Amino acid sequence: MAHRPRPLTLAGIGAATLVAVLVLGSIAAILTRAEGWGGLRPSDWGAVRFTLWQAALSALLSIALGVPVARALARRRFPGRGLLVTLLGAPFILPVIVAILGLVMVFGRSGWINAALGSLGLPPVSIYGAHGVVLAHVFFNLPLATRLILQGWQEIPAERFRLAANLGLSRGRVFRLIEWPMLRAVLPGAGLVIFLICTTSFAVALALGGGPRATTIELAIYQAFRFDFDLGRAAMLALLQLAVTCAAGLVALRATVPEAAGAGRDRPVRRWDGGAPWGDAAWIGAAALFLLLPLAALAARGAGAVPGLPAAVWAAAGRSVGVALVSALLCVALGMAIAVAAARLGGGRARGVELMGMLGLAASPLVLGTGLFIVTYPVMRPQDAALPVTALVNAAMALPFALRALVPAVARVEGDYGRLADALGLTGWARLRRLVLPRVRRPLGFAAGLAAALSMGDLGVIALFADAEGATLPLQLYRLMAAYRMGDAAGAAILLLGLSLAAFWAFDRGGRVDADA
Amino acid sequence: MLTLEGVVVRQAGWELRADLSVEAGERVAVMGPSGAGKSTLLAAIGGFAALAAGRILWAGARIDGLVPAARPVATIFQDNNLFPHLTAFDNVGLGLAPNRRLRPPERDRVAEMLARVGLEGFEERKPGALSGGQQSRVALARAVLQERPVILLDEPFAALGPALKAEMVGLVRDLAGAAGRTVLMVTHDPGDARALEGRTIPVIAGRAEPPVETAALLSDPPPALAAYLGQVEARGGSDYLQPRPGQERT
Repeated sequence: MAHRPRPLTLAGIGAATLVAVLVLGSIAAILTRAEGWGGLRPSDWGAVRFTLWQAALSALLSIALGVPVARALARRRFPGRGLLVTLLGAPFILPVIVAILGLVMVFGRSGWINAALGSLGLPPVSIYGAHGVVLAHVFFNLPLATRLILQGWQEIPAERFRLAANLGLSRGRVFRLIEWPMLRAVLPGAGLVIFLICTTSFAVALALGGGPRATTIELAIYQAFRFDFDLGRAAMLALLQLAVTCAAGLVALRATVPEAAGAGRDRPVRRWDGGAPWGDAAWIGAAALFLLLPLAALAARGAGAVPGLPAAVWAAAGRSVGVALVSALLCVALGMAIAVAAARLGGGRARGVELMGMLGLAASPLVLGTGLFIVTYPVMRPQDAALPVTALVNAAMALPFALRALVPAVARVEGDYGRLADALGLTGWARLRRLVLPRVRRPLGFAAGLAAALSMGDLGVIALFADAEGATLPLQLYRLMAAYRMGDAAGAAILLLGLSLAAFWAFDRGGRVDADA
Repeated sequence: MLTLEGVVVRQAGWELRADLSVEAGERVAVMGPSGAGKSTLLAAIGGFAALAAGRILWAGARIDGLVPAARPVATIFQDNNLFPHLTAFDNVGLGLAPNRRLRPPERDRVAEMLARVGLEGFEERKPGALSGGQQSRVALARAVLQERPVILLDEPFAALGPALKAEMVGLVRDLAGAAGRTVLMVTHDPGDARALEGRTIPVIAGRAEPPVETAALLSDPPPALAAYLGQVEARGGSDYLQPRPGQERT
């Protein structure tokens, strides 16, 4: 009804405005410092080319490998299959720098692969450089590609395969008539999502790339800050990054992009055309090995090193926990406010408020970081701003995922019980506390867990601001790696992984315990 | 007295017209074919459907501009009458104090009302642990406790079996009668209408007619209602003529 007083709606509009000011304000700050194309070096244009090239190659490889793995998972049933499908969702909350260290321990100079090659008298391979960046991106995005494609396979009605078996269609005909149309619909969207993710890659390029042939724009921004303290050039690079992200994002919006963070359903389709299982088993085995080996290497080296970690690592861990908690609370507070306002406004205005909350998708963390650096550094020392800025940027980055979970949930509660609450006069804060919050506990816990885990593992904006004393755990871990203190690094990685998973588990579990159906 | 003067509610190519009044303390059935506008009539009185024209008055004062919670009306809907995450006690308590904690004397009144609907000992159960009939009793207890002079019931017992439904209608009659409430209850079942022991508002093809004595109406129904009732009788008597999707607005 039209006459309801609306403080909660105003809170939601305020939250959306805050996000918009953060993102657009950062961009405006960048524009004030941008000094024109003249300030850019040839190497900066090289960074643009490398960013696009490695993102395209990473997307292509992830998709090309994801298709056979997804097909194998779609048509086979075996013990542990459910666990494997669940694990394919794990890289989303796996801290990037942890996975990189795991990859180094398998593919690096003194890693397992080179040890094996050496014993056979073969020359060693190196993980550093462009191919290392692509390898790490495939490690992160092969599971995502597999999940998205698997979802496509599972959405094909089982009756079609039954009909195909009934008609005695050959495997080639089944592919052409049933599977190829699905792939043609799913692959472009999946590829674009992965391309988009890889264009904003910072931590991977920082740890494995660098140099003239393996520097992404995000890394170039960081170097302009750290090595040259050239704010004008950093601002120009940030604008380039923004242009790349927005262009790729607009293309992705036009294609039908599948749900990236959704919980994949786990329903194997009964198939009659499987043939011999060896090919499928090989694909599944190879993929599982590729994904699990780095983590196994890390656990083997790092688990014992945790108790003996230096005090600086524990201090960094404490800072990370604090940042993650603040970021998670901020993220769900903004998300709830926006979701409640969207449910009340309805229609186009609801969409507008939601879109403002999603603006974080347009800017990469380092773009926001650059803007916030330009704003804060005249008034405070960067190292003092490091932790608050990191928490804020992380919250803005996790907000789109939180909104994906919360907006439909709040809309459903209002749809089911809004009339009853109106009739009873349940309004304002009491309505939120007694009706909405109890009924959205699950998505709320999930969103908070996701935000906490993403923030815990984030190595991005903190690198711009923090000094040696104020690092978070991912940054501390990177420094240990850069100093080749691999034992301590492995221990810190295990600690970071444990904290990220624990943060996700604690919040997500908190939303599930005693929640009424 | 509840009065609807020249009321028109428009919804996507369809409208309901109502010109009628109901005495304070009366218990009235609302009957008619599916899609004739029974629920819309209650939604207009309860504040969930905006009027295109006309006025609604209670005791001489206009109420049609008020938000639902400000109207002298308690509504029991077809479904979703209880919050599933709250206990029976807390659900009923919302009727007294939606936006704050209950005071000790109020807690006593909630417990007493639950006992009156036969739910002593069920206070701490959540709706999921109650049967359909028990859930209806919780909703009814809250509606009576809300202390609003008018209670609207939009077929809340349609999902119950015949014996349970008759029991609930009897409970509505007795509780509302004792509290002096005015009741409007939508039903498909002539038996329910008779059990209310009052008058009936026939709603036919988008028109809500003034109430007439139920016994007289049922023994000599107007043609459209006769066709509807005949359809019901032909199906074997009393109830279970649930509105189906796609059957709306016939």
